[in-house]
Formats: sequence, structure tokens, C-alpha cells
Amino acid sequence: MSWWKGSGFSVMTLIPIIIILEAVVLSESKNFQDVRCKCICPPYRNFSGHIYNRNVSQKDCNCLHVVEPMPVPGHDVEAYCLLCECKYEERSSNTIKVTIIIYLSVVGGLLLYMLFLLLVDPLIRKRDLYTQPLHNEEEAEELPSQVDRSNTMLERVEGAQQRWKKQVQEQRKTVFDRHKMLS
Amino acid sequence: MESEQLYSRGYCRTGYSSYNSITSASSDEELLDSAGATMDFHTTEDDNLLDGDAASSPGSNYVMSNGGGVASSSTHLLDFLEEPIPGVGTYDDFHTIDWVREKCKDRERHRKINSKKKDSPWEFSKSLYDAWSGWLVVTLTGLASGALAGLIDIAADWLNDLKEGVCLSAMWFNHEQCCWTSNETTFAERDKCPQWKSWAELILGQAEGPGSYIMNYFMYIYWALSFAFLAVCLVKVFAPYACGSGIPEIKTILSGFIIRGYLGKWTLLIKTVTLVLAVASGLSLGKEGPLVHVACCCGNIFSYLFPKYSKNEAKKREVLSAASAAGVSVAFGAPIGGVLFSLEEVSYYFPLKTLWRSFFAALVAAFVLRSINPFGNSRLVLFYVEYHTPWYLFELLPFILLGVFGGLWGAFFIRANIAWCRRRKSTRFGKYPVLEVILVAAVTAVVAFPNPYTRKNTSELIKELFTDCGPLESSQLCQYRSQMNGSKAFSETPSRPAAPGVYAAMWQLCLALLFKIVITIFTFGLKVPSGLFIPSMAIGAIAGRIVGIAMEQLAYYHHDWFIFKEWCEVGADCITPGLYAMVGAAACLGGVTRMTVSLVVIVFELTGGLEYIVPLMAAVMTSKWVGDAFGRAGIYESHIRLNGYPFLDAKEEFTHTTLAREVMRPRRSDPPLAVLTQDDLSVEELQAVISETSYNGFPVIVSKESQRLVGFALRRDITIAIENARRKQEGIVLASRVYFTQHAPTLPADSPRPLKLRSILDMSPFTVTDHTPMEIVVDIFRKLGLRQCLVTHNGRLLGIITKKDILRHMAQMANQDPESIMFN
Repeated sequence: MSWWKGSGFSVMTLIPIIIILEAVVLSESKNFQDVRCKCICPPYRNFSGHIYNRNVSQKDCNCLHVVEPMPVPGHDVEAYCLLCECKYEERSSNTIKVTIIIYLSVVGGLLLYMLFLLLVDPLIRKRDLYTQPLHNEEEAEELPSQVDRSNTMLERVEGAQQRWKKQVQEQRKTVFDRHKMLS
Repeated sequence: MESEQLYSRGYCRTGYSSYNSITSASSDEELLDSAGATMDFHTTEDDNLLDGDAASSPGSNYVMSNGGGVASSSTHLLDFLEEPIPGVGTYDDFHTIDWVREKCKDRERHRKINSKKKDSPWEFSKSLYDAWSGWLVVTLTGLASGALAGLIDIAADWLNDLKEGVCLSAMWFNHEQCCWTSNETTFAERDKCPQWKSWAELILGQAEGPGSYIMNYFMYIYWALSFAFLAVCLVKVFAPYACGSGIPEIKTILSGFIIRGYLGKWTLLIKTVTLVLAVASGLSLGKEGPLVHVACCCGNIFSYLFPKYSKNEAKKREVLSAASAAGVSVAFGAPIGGVLFSLEEVSYYFPLKTLWRSFFAALVAAFVLRSINPFGNSRLVLFYVEYHTPWYLFELLPFILLGVFGGLWGAFFIRANIAWCRRRKSTRFGKYPVLEVILVAAVTAVVAFPNPYTRKNTSELIKELFTDCGPLESSQLCQYRSQMNGSKAFSETPSRPAAPGVYAAMWQLCLALLFKIVITIFTFGLKVPSGLFIPSMAIGAIAGRIVGIAMEQLAYYHHDWFIFKEWCEVGADCITPGLYAMVGAAACLGGVTRMTVSLVVIVFELTGGLEYIVPLMAAVMTSKWVGDAFGRAGIYESHIRLNGYPFLDAKEEFTHTTLAREVMRPRRSDPPLAVLTQDDLSVEELQAVISETSYNGFPVIVSKESQRLVGFALRRDITIAIENARRKQEGIVLASRVYFTQHAPTLPADSPRPLKLRSILDMSPFTVTDHTPMEIVVDIFRKLGLRQCLVTHNGRLLGIITKKDILRHMAQMANQDPESIMFN
């Protein structure tokens, strides 16, 4: 649980990670499935409209290369091809994959942490109910001076979490109970 | 330290007092408008790097003018003040900042760095870093907001399509990407491919029939509800500030208000995550407004890396202005529109330097988003369109009619939404935010699914409405009769009679319009991230498309009317319904937000057609006029007013003839003004004054008898300074004398050591006389960004006017409840 609480820090690290990942993904050689030349040909005479999709390079992206088999007889090819619109498109499926995975893992992490805060945390708190008020006083004392008494990592993290919880509590009161803001 | 501060105060004061004669435009270079700033941008900090002479001369100036006798006598006392007391000069939550003080602080800091930079290479590189930090922070902000916008776009599209079905071959693809390489798509049904399975296909094994329809319906509602529930839970548990659009609050923050945690890391994380969920849940909301909030969070977080911005609230707001430009830049793919949006709508103080930084941030953000290419169309937005057909003069009439519709809709929406939000704010009904979100999401999903135009993502709806009917389009909106016959003449006669498909689309669009109008009123203000741009644009686009098709059919059936005769011959393509949709979208957005220039530029950047500027301008201007006739405030100002934020709008005029005396506190019936005397208070008495009153600052006077003003001390600073002194200095007890003067007062020999508080005293508080007209006072507050102003009469202190007093006075003058101004 400890690494999650400074989730503030996770945002700070997440943004660069996203940027780096996407840069890496973008610089990777193009997946062969990530380019296409799509030709949309509208209905012509008795032929219904059709969509052609091929994986060709940008300079070959025209009706003559992509539309295969050609539905019209030879002398009509030019007229038919004039109607077709061909577009060369690129995408990065790796970016999409990585983004969705990052997003889902963040949501999953938040969900777990939320469940932890709502279900498990009250149980832990209940157990050390007697030590709680003492601890609070101590905290109130050392808050202004930031004394380095609570120097172990875990305690400091604990303190940060408590402060964060208090902040959120305050925000919740402002927004949801008193309706002072954001309504 | 102290002497420097003294000097800078004096320096600053000359700037302000000459401002009183408003004619001198260059007196305060930064707060006046950009015309003043162009003249002297050479002296602003970035450019100051190279001329060290100018920076060092004020120091010598000071020695000459103030003499050297001050420092020697009380050096040991000054030792304690060598280092600034930590915490002094910061603000409490929900307090207004003093722009003047912040700017003085920044100039002083800058002067210090400049004077030191020749001492060593290290100091020189520090000054270089300081000068560049402005550009660095906006670069980082642009990068982060571009990346986050890409993430939000991709994830929202995917999650939105998850309501329909899933891509079996690759889970992470949305519907369009799933069929991207497929060769099985047909001309009529472009989005069908075997890889993409709807939920009915997966669960029931059949794609057609009533059973599968009901299954799909059920799954749609199920996903919509679970996304909405998850979003509101995350908001409630982790970051309540992440809800809403955020633009009213950002406007208030930029005008100089502190809301701690509003632009924090948790807000950023939760807003990003829940925005995707909220958009995907199908609620009638958009991601554009919240993206501005996301970008501002990035700006705020990155400004902590640079002391220049983290320690100065006024400087931080410059970064936030640039960040909001980056936010709109990625939201609409309109970098210039973003800069103008920041200038026109959100920013309060916008010097040229910030303009360039906004420009740069918008550029970086748009570049990053473009290289992520979230929509796979090499564009920054989903609904990018391109037209080349001309418009005709007569068409201005329907465009203006659309403007009237936009204005009416805007006024109606603002009234209805504010009434609903007031209800939520003041009655018991607001106690159930989660239930409310669930209910609205359920109603939206149940009603939206049967209608194909409301079922799809709102951005896609806008895209379809904007797209013109060419021979390549196969949507229902484009089923014209000539095309259905398959005759070869269709390409030569684009103007054609409507087929049943278009009529069916018409009434579906009408129903969609009605539904969107109603549901958006209840959606905006829910406790999930919710933007307003996309729903307003959708409403306008639907209305515009209906008008466009009506015009088209009118022109087809009555092409011999004299108005059509000139330019609309048989078979000519004279009406573009897509253009009407675009104009309608701009008009509705203009009616709701009352933006003009930035809106036209944003829409123009979306289309890339220079020739449509005039129709857009006509529609937007009309909608603003019509909307203003029903109430001058746009939706954001209305929400600011509803919540009672201390926002002093620079656009409103103050025309009443009241005097400063009538507005100032204390009133006649009030107890006298709480003041401090400069040298005959003890620490105990001072603490008593502070604990008995709730004022945020106290004027310091020479003595109770003379009532002559010395300066102004803030409550927070006094508290911190006393606490600090009692901890760090020996001999400070409750009976110690407190003095604000340069020299300690003469005391009896056995008295405890006195406490000097001169360093926290603002020696140059702004004063006006009691007969100053309020017009001028309001102008001073707006342009200088003051927090408070003291009122004197014959040189004696009489009272105080705070920003809150002014806002209350303005509310009173406008026949509103003055108690609605909540914060300080």
C-alpha cells in the first residue's frame, strides 16, 4: 500500500512515462499493418459502390494500383477511377495498445486503492484505535516545524497519506456537503 | 534584506501613485493592456539578462538617497531578518491575492538575481536558468497536455465503443481501428467487419433480430451506468475538485484567487481518468472544457519545478494562462483559437509576454497531439471538415436566423441550467450526487439508444452533420433520390430531391435535438467532469443541418424563385447543408459562452476554409446580441456568480455614482476599524486583536490620536511572524513590545526585549480619499488587481475597501443579494 499513497508522485512520473513510451512507440519501425490505402469508389453504371483497402506505399496510393480486380472493362477504367477517392492513412497500433494498457492499469490501481480505503483501511484503523489519538497530537505538534523525527520512510509516507486524506475530506465537505463550490 | 525591501517598496510606490493619474499609460507596464507592454517589453525580465548596468544602478541609488545611518545601529536585530520568515507572503485557502505585492516581490527577486550574476559563472548560469524557466515551463506544460489529450482521446474512443461490442482480434482497438485493415467492409455498411463483435453476437450468437437488439440495448445501458458510477465514485473518493467543467473556477483563479488543491496532482489524475469514463458513458457532455482544466493542472504542477513560478502567485498565473491556451489547442486542434480563447475568455491579466508563451505552449501541445495521431486521420480532431463550395449573399439570412436560434438557446440554457444548479445547491436534492449521476446516465442511455443519432458519440455525430453529401457518402442523411436510382447522372446534379432516407433522418434529428436540449440542462453541473462545448455544438449542428436540408429542398423545388434564380440553376450545387451545420454549431456555442473572436477562429481552424469566416462572424455576432438581450452573463460568469466567487469582471462597466465613503468599512453603525499602532502594542494585545477579529489585514497607524497611516500588515503574516519569533528569538514573551518602526521605542530598563515586525509591514498600501468616485476605485481594483485599499480623509485613516466589499456593492447596485459573495 505504501507505494500508492504518494500517488501524487505517480502522476508526476506518469506523464513523462507516457511521453517517453509514446516517443519510443512512434520511433519504432512502422508495423506493416499500420498503413493503408483506402479507395472509396461510388456506384458507377451497374456496379455498386465498393471500398478497396490495400497496404501499399504512399506513392502507389491511387486507384490503378489499389482497385483490384478492376470491375469495369478496360475502356471505362479511366472514368471509373476518376470517381474513386483514394486516401493514404497511417496509424500507430502500438500507441493505441500502450495507451489503453496504461489507462486500464491506472483505473485498476485506483479502483483497488479505493476499495482498500473504503473496506480495509477502516478495519486497520479500528484495531489501533487506542494509539490513534496519541499519534494525532504528536502530528499536530510537529506539523509546523517539520521536525525530522518521523524519519523512517513508512512513517513519513503515513503522515503524507493522513494529510492528503484530511485535504480530500475538506474538499468533499466544500463540494458535496456545503455546496460552496462547483455546483 | 530589509533595506532592499524598503527600496523596492519605494520604487513600486512611485509606479502606482502615478497611476492615479490614469493618463500615463506606462506607469505600470504590466497591468495595463498590451499597448503599454509593447513599448517596454525590453525591460521585462527575459530581456534584461544582457544589460547589467541598469540593474546595478538602483542599488547605488538607494545608498545615496537613504543614507547609511540605518543599518549600523541595529545590525544585531536585523540578523534575524536576514532570512525571510518562511511562510510570510503566502496566502490562505480561498483568499484573494494581491497582484501588486506579488509583482513587487518578483521584481525585487529579479533585481537580486541580476545584481549577483556577475559574481561567478554559477550565479550567471543561475540567472540564465531563471530567464529561461518561463519558456521551459510552458514547453513542459505543452508536452504534458498534448500527451494527456492523446491519451484521453484514444481511451475515450475505445471505452465508448466498448458499449457496443469488442474487437476480438485485438482488444485495444475501437470499432473503427478494428476494421481498419479489413477487406470485408462494404460501401453501404462501412463499419461492419467480422473482427468486430457486438455484445449480442458474443452472448447470443446472433447479430440480427429483436433478441439481439434487446441484448445490445441492455449491454449499452449496463456499460453506461457502470462507467458513470465508476466516474462519480472516483471523483467523490479521491478528488472532489475534479468535477464540473473547471472553466469558471479557472477564470476565478486566474483573476487572483487561491483554491488549494484545485490544480493539484490528484485532481489531474482523477480528472483525466474520470473524463474518459464520463465521455464514454454517453452522458451529454464533452471533453473540451475539462481539457483546459487538465492543461492548467499540468501548468501548475510543472511550475513547482521553477522557484520563479512556484513562489509567486502572480507569475504562476501567467503560466496558467499559457496552459489554458494549450488546453484548447489540443481540445479543438486549433492552436491560434486556443491562444485567443485564453485571451478572450479565461485570462484576467494577459501581457504580451504571456501571449507569446501561450502561442508556444499551444504549438507544442498541438505538435505532440498530432504526432500521437489519436484519430488516425492525421488531424487533431475527429470532426475536421473540408469544404470548397462557395456561399451566396442571400444565404446570410438563414445564417443570421441560425444565430438568432443560437442566442435564444444560449439564453434559455443559461437560465434553466442556473435554476437547476441553484436547486441542487440549496435544497436537499443536492445531497445525493451519486444517485443523481446514475439517474441522469440511465435516462440518457435509455432514451439515446433507439435513436441512431444520439446513440453514437457526440463528436462522431458532429462529424457526420458537418460532412457534406458527396457521391462517396453513404449515410442516411445523404440518401437522395437520384443516387438511389443508380443513374449515372448523379455527379452532375448534386442538388436533388430528398429520398425517404433523408425524411427519416429529419425526424430522427428533430427528436435528437429535443432530447439533447433537455438532457444537457440536467447534465452540466453533475459531479463528474463535464464540458459544455461539444453538446452545445451538437445542438447547433443538428439545428443547422435541418435548416440546411430545408433550404436545399426549397431551392430544388422552387428554383425559379427570384432569390434562387440568380445562382441556383437546376442541377447546380448551390446549398451546402454541412456548412449550415457548422454555422449553427458556432452560433449555439457563441450563445452559451458569449465568445466571439476566439470561437470564430476555432471553427475556422476546424474547417480550414477562409471563405466561411463571414457567415460564421455573422452568426456568432447575432447570437451574442440576441443572447445579451436576455442577460449579459455567459454560462461561465453565471456559474461564477452562482457560486459567489470573488471575480471582478473586467468586461463589465461600473456606472453608478457612489463614492468610496459609502462602500468602505466600517459603516456608520459598525464598531470602529480594527487598527494596530506602530509602537505601543504588546505581543499579547496584538494576539488579542487578531483572535477577536476575523479580518485578514490590519492598517498600522502612528497613534490612536493622530490616526495617521503607516502601512498595512496582513493577519497571516503577523501570526506567522509572531510564531517564528517566539520560537527562534530569545526573550520574546507575551509582554514584549511590538514595533513597526525603524528604531525600537524607548522602553523602561526592565521591560522584555521588543519584537520588530517591520519586515512584514506593507509600507506602500494603496490609499484613496473618501470622496473618490467608485468608478475610479473599481477601475483601480480591476487594473492593478488590488486586494484592499485604504480610505483616508484629510490624511487620517478612515476605513478600508476590500475586493469583497466592491463585489458586494456591485451586487447590491445590480439588485442582487450582496451576501451571495461568499469568499474573501
